[in-house]
Amino acid sequence: MKKTVFAGFGGQGVLMMGYLFAVAAMKDGKEVTYLPSYGAEMRGGTANCTVVVSDEEIFSPVASSPDYTVIMNKPSLIKYENLIKAGGTIFFNSSLIDYHLIRDDVVLEKIPANEIARQLGSERTVNMIMLGAFVAKTGLTSLESIMNSLQETVKGKKTAVMKLNRKGLDMGAGFVLKELRNEND
Amino acid sequence: MNDKVLMRGTHIIGETAVRSGCRFYAGYPITPQNELTEYMAGAIAKLKDGTFIQAESEIAAVNMVIGASMAGARAMTSSSSPGISLKQEGISFLAAQELPAVIVNSMRGGPGLGNIAPTQGDYFQATRGGGHGDYRCIVLAPAYSQELADITRRAFEYADRFTTPVMILIDGMMGQMMEPVVFPEPIDPRELPPKSWVLDGAKGRPSRIIKSLILDVVKEEEHNWKLYRKYENIKKEIQEAETYLTEDAKLVVIAYGTAARIAKGAIKRVRDIGLKVGLLRPLSLWPFPRRILDDTSRFVKEFLVYEMNTGQMVEDVELALKRSSEIHFYGRPGGIVSTPDEIAKVITSLYYRRHLEED
Amino acid sequence: MTAQLVFKRPRYLKKTVFHYCPGCGHSIIHRLVAEVIEELGIGEITIGVPPAGCAVLAYDYFDVDMGEAPHGRGPAVATGIKRMLPDRIVFSYQGDGDIAAIGTAETIHAANRGENITVIFVNNSCYGMTGGQMAPTTVVGQESTTTPGGRDIKRDGAPIDLSEMLALARGSVYIERTSVNSIKNIVKTKKALTKAFKIQMSGLGFSLVEILSPCPTNWKLSPLDSCKWIDETITQTFPLKVIKDETIKTEL
Repeated sequence: MKKTVFAGFGGQGVLMMGYLFAVAAMKDGKEVTYLPSYGAEMRGGTANCTVVVSDEEIFSPVASSPDYTVIMNKPSLIKYENLIKAGGTIFFNSSLIDYHLIRDDVVLEKIPANEIARQLGSERTVNMIMLGAFVAKTGLTSLESIMNSLQETVKGKKTAVMKLNRKGLDMGAGFVLKELRNEND
Repeated sequence: MNDKVLMRGTHIIGETAVRSGCRFYAGYPITPQNELTEYMAGAIAKLKDGTFIQAESEIAAVNMVIGASMAGARAMTSSSSPGISLKQEGISFLAAQELPAVIVNSMRGGPGLGNIAPTQGDYFQATRGGGHGDYRCIVLAPAYSQELADITRRAFEYADRFTTPVMILIDGMMGQMMEPVVFPEPIDPRELPPKSWVLDGAKGRPSRIIKSLILDVVKEEEHNWKLYRKYENIKKEIQEAETYLTEDAKLVVIAYGTAARIAKGAIKRVRDIGLKVGLLRPLSLWPFPRRILDDTSRFVKEFLVYEMNTGQMVEDVELALKRSSEIHFYGRPGGIVSTPDEIAKVITSLYYRRHLEED
Repeated sequence: MTAQLVFKRPRYLKKTVFHYCPGCGHSIIHRLVAEVIEELGIGEITIGVPPAGCAVLAYDYFDVDMGEAPHGRGPAVATGIKRMLPDRIVFSYQGDGDIAAIGTAETIHAANRGENITVIFVNNSCYGMTGGQMAPTTVVGQESTTTPGGRDIKRDGAPIDLSEMLALARGSVYIERTSVNSIKNIVKTKKALTKAFKIQMSGLGFSLVEILSPCPTNWKLSPLDSCKWIDETITQTFPLKVIKDETIKTEL
């Protein structure tokens, strides 16, 4: 059972990342829960959602100590640095956040998502880049499954937009995989 | 369309309601359940034979449901705790006038305005009638998204079958959470059995009255006994609970809804370290599944009731088990959702007071 | 000389004795409503919603389908029925406390939504059934069990012009205030009721007839003096008139 929190400001596509991931995992045949923050929190301020993916029945959809976090703003980074499991991985958008972790028992995955997005020519792909990096690194689902869930979620979207999203996913995935290769070299 | 889909709890209730032939919904905005109202607005707009009304108040909404039910429709309203307090007048009338209706309560922190976090503070209100007078309300408490669908379908069936209001008790977490769900087949409301009491104009038959005022005390007493007999019948027919790992258990946790999921997670943890602990999860809160408790108490003598309040269902457990078992209580009110670890600690400390690991 | 039938029980009044006090306007109004239902030929498609208050037992008198509403909720219950059965005729029958105090929200919003229902608003300027307390329509200076020395604006507030307020609601089509304190006014009331039901039959929207009705018991006047008192006092606050009529351009 793996618990992931996606967090950031409202409007950064945080809930969409979690949702696409949850649908993809469901299509893979996994047990899954998706729990968004709700109510007053949702309007303005920070948004977050928790996705639990498991081969067995999921009990609590809440992540008191997540295995992974995907972080799009600084307040969330501070919050989840305290909560994440020892050995867990924090994925964060290093284009937006300048921060040094205090904890040394977690893995930090810095993704310069806005810079990559600018290369792609669309800042709107930032969340797809983050998601691509997350999926490639964790292997909790595949990029294909994410694309399938995206196709289903945004029915009728232009193929150009879909292509752009696909590129975003690939670039994000490529970034962490290249890092991985460099480490192995 | 019977594939697994990932859907928000409130939307699952709404979709299942429409698929169960619900053709009337009236509601009023209150968090955390607005997504149900919004879903019904959209879903009913797609139907030719349905009505959605955003009412001027919770009171108006439940009274519109009374009217739609009188007219024979499967009708629903929903709200969250403070709004349910306002609806109680109408729920009392629904019970007295023997009208079917489904009411969804997405419980929030309280008393008063409280907060919008998940709690179980409305157990007494839901299971003891809630409004004025000597009546009961069938109360169903799902814990999983698939159950939201299954229970919503059953709620409409029970409401029609027993001509009485049925409450679905959830909280904001269940309403917001998405889990895969497979929906039941849609029902065409025209194919439902005709109701013999509907007010649709006295054409070719004597005129009908649906009322609750019975000034003659003898007749009012008889009406109350009639309701009582119906409730006794419901008690026989509806007793729903899930038992999990109770066969060899030395301690059984009793919890419903969100609390039961947390408890299950805790039980998984303590089982891993060898503690023989199980779960009894009521799905029907009224009628309370006393038979299932009775059966369980034959071989388990220690229970822990865990609720997201300061202790409400525990009174029903005490009534059901009388003095035959030891009953502990653990609760967190105000919107705190305990972690499975927290509950596991409570279980463990209770367990070791009496049992050794090797027992 | 052959006998000619000139007066009979309307088809849609049950063969029951009214419980109303001598001189009470409800008896007359019930009869008028039943006559109108019969004359319009809608008895088999009509559903009535009686209130809490003196007319709570209206379901024992009208021989049409009747569904009781909680106090003040008539327009909401009627809304639910009408929306599910749009080809039926639905009316709510309400007293002043029911419609203008505890049910104000339900009334204003049903009118504003333009619900295609007919509301019969019986204004006797007091809470009759509970023993003559001040109603929202009790006129200034009027004695009631809760306005000793008469209604005082400073202490009790002014009477409420509910019908005038409802005329402002965009969905209301026809609102008239009449009375049943004289033969002339009874005839006018029946005309108004007929028009209100016809508006509903034509699907035009919300219609309401406010009927000033004598309450000799609580006013502590004789039936005749009660009728006079309506003319001399109540109509000073609540003048008899067509308050709103959007049908003038429409052929009914």
